[in-house]
Amino acid sequence: MAPVIEARGLRRSYGSTVALDGIDLHVEEGRIIGLIGPNGAGKTTALNAILGLIPYEGQLTVLGHDPWKERDQLMLDACFIADVAVLPRWIQVSQALDYVAGVHPRFDRVKAESFLSRTTIKKGSKVKELSKGMVVQLHLALVMAIDARLLVLDEPTLGLDILYRKQFYDSLLNDYFDRSRTIIVTTHQVDELQEVLTDLMFINRGHIVLACSMEEFESRYLELMVHPEKLAAARALKPMHERQALGRNILLFDHVDRKQLVTLGDVRTPGIADLFVAVMADKQGNQATLPQGVVPGEFR
Amino acid sequence: MNTQSRPISQSFETNGIAPAALSPTRPIYWSLRREFWENRYLYILPSAVAAVFFFGYMISVIHSPGQLRALGFMYNHDEISGPFDISAALLMATAILMSVFYCTEALHSERRDRSILFWKSLPVSDATTVLVKASIPLLAIPVLVAAINAVMWLLMLLLGSIVVLATGGSIAALWAHVPILRMSVLALYHLLTAHGLWPAPVYCWLLLVSGWARRAPFLWAALPIVAIGGLEKIAFNTSHFAGVIGERLFGSTAPIASTTVFPTDPMTHITPGAFLGSPNLWIGLLIAAVFLALAVRLRHNQESI
Repeated sequence: MAPVIEARGLRRSYGSTVALDGIDLHVEEGRIIGLIGPNGAGKTTALNAILGLIPYEGQLTVLGHDPWKERDQLMLDACFIADVAVLPRWIQVSQALDYVAGVHPRFDRVKAESFLSRTTIKKGSKVKELSKGMVVQLHLALVMAIDARLLVLDEPTLGLDILYRKQFYDSLLNDYFDRSRTIIVTTHQVDELQEVLTDLMFINRGHIVLACSMEEFESRYLELMVHPEKLAAARALKPMHERQALGRNILLFDHVDRKQLVTLGDVRTPGIADLFVAVMADKQGNQATLPQGVVPGEFR
Repeated sequence: MNTQSRPISQSFETNGIAPAALSPTRPIYWSLRREFWENRYLYILPSAVAAVFFFGYMISVIHSPGQLRALGFMYNHDEISGPFDISAALLMATAILMSVFYCTEALHSERRDRSILFWKSLPVSDATTVLVKASIPLLAIPVLVAAINAVMWLLMLLLGSIVVLATGGSIAALWAHVPILRMSVLALYHLLTAHGLWPAPVYCWLLLVSGWARRAPFLWAALPIVAIGGLEKIAFNTSHFAGVIGERLFGSTAPIASTTVFPTDPMTHITPGAFLGSPNLWIGLLIAAVFLALAVRLRHNQESI
């Protein structure tokens, strides 16, 4: 099976700012990938290149297409929600349904209407009359009713309350995802994604700083809430990051045997957000940009 | 990335995804409908102008029905057909205004509100989008305005006939002077040629600038025209450039033989052969095609603003 996305040395700069600095990507079918990075890391640039919205240097193939040259062909098999509300304000809900049904041969109108029937959105409303959350719901209903092989979601749940976010990820998994589809999602609410993702990718300053599957993530990274008297022993195992919470030291380890750690305190799988902070601190080597309460660990 | 799968609850639709065929006409049809959803003024404005004019005509003939009847007897062609010509001229002016306004907004508003990211998320090519937008001033507005014009004329003629009959006159003279079927065909011909094909380079220039300018596309489109015209005036004390642009935009007499009668006058002698054979038409269309090709390229390359 050909990969869904194959990129070699993907590079994009805006003037003197390098947004993507030669990244390599290899994405197989049936994955749900979380692309996570701070603001300005190059997430949206990478997604825009994959979707054929911006030119780039390097090699890139998405579902067998060159996205920059064949965007309209690619959009038969791929769909996306951009990071800002982009539904035109003048369009009526029923017109949006008509239009997508008209131009997209893989749009299932019944499915879209059933998603909409679970919301309070009226078909006669115009987008400008809907609340921010309702616009996102409408866009998701349109996109999830498209039988696409690749779905790209750039901050899909921005502006939604926690109940709807939960509902969204549930329906993404239960109603939408199957092994013939691939989903790439970026979000700042990373911990909500932990149960959803199959793969994790951290991006910073145009580089991919970490790429692993969730199994690898769970077997590789362990978080230890260390017993105070064992702190020195734990630090000797070279944690990649250390922080303090509730008066206890929490150490994050990479590739350290679980059996060794359980003798030193309580061991658990770290949250994606904690690993993210650790990896970013590790790469940047300074704590000036980190949230309060975070101390830099011993670097590998 | 490895290919192992993480166990997650999911509904299996294992029959895969069927290959989809993209019929080329569907995106065109739906893109056209989309333009009318967004720009409802395209049919509301000419209908409103026609309705207002009809209302005025109604007041005029009811106020002095004898005049209309007498005119019918006097065989004074100009005075009978006068209101018909004026109403058509008003609708043609409306068509020009709408086309100019439409073209300066068409490729700008979708970038301004970033909805271009939604349109681009669907399998519709940039060429389809730009060509459909260009067809609005070149084809859709002329046809639509000609249709509204024909309906308005029919209503005016029916109203005039009722008034003439009610005052005991004969409607034969009235109908002989305004053969609205022939006049409507002439109006359609005039709108398609003089207001569609002939000004195509001007409309396509506006479209191109609307796809390029970050703000105020109309100013950016008008600026070079004013600058070149002004330069010519100062340097050579001539105004050929301004004349050419004006003649392109405000209707040409190229599609007809005579310049002394109104283009929808039943006596007008149309010359479609000479019009279609005129090099000026084809030079204009070639320039329009270059502008459109650039506009397609720009829409492909440009990000939202």
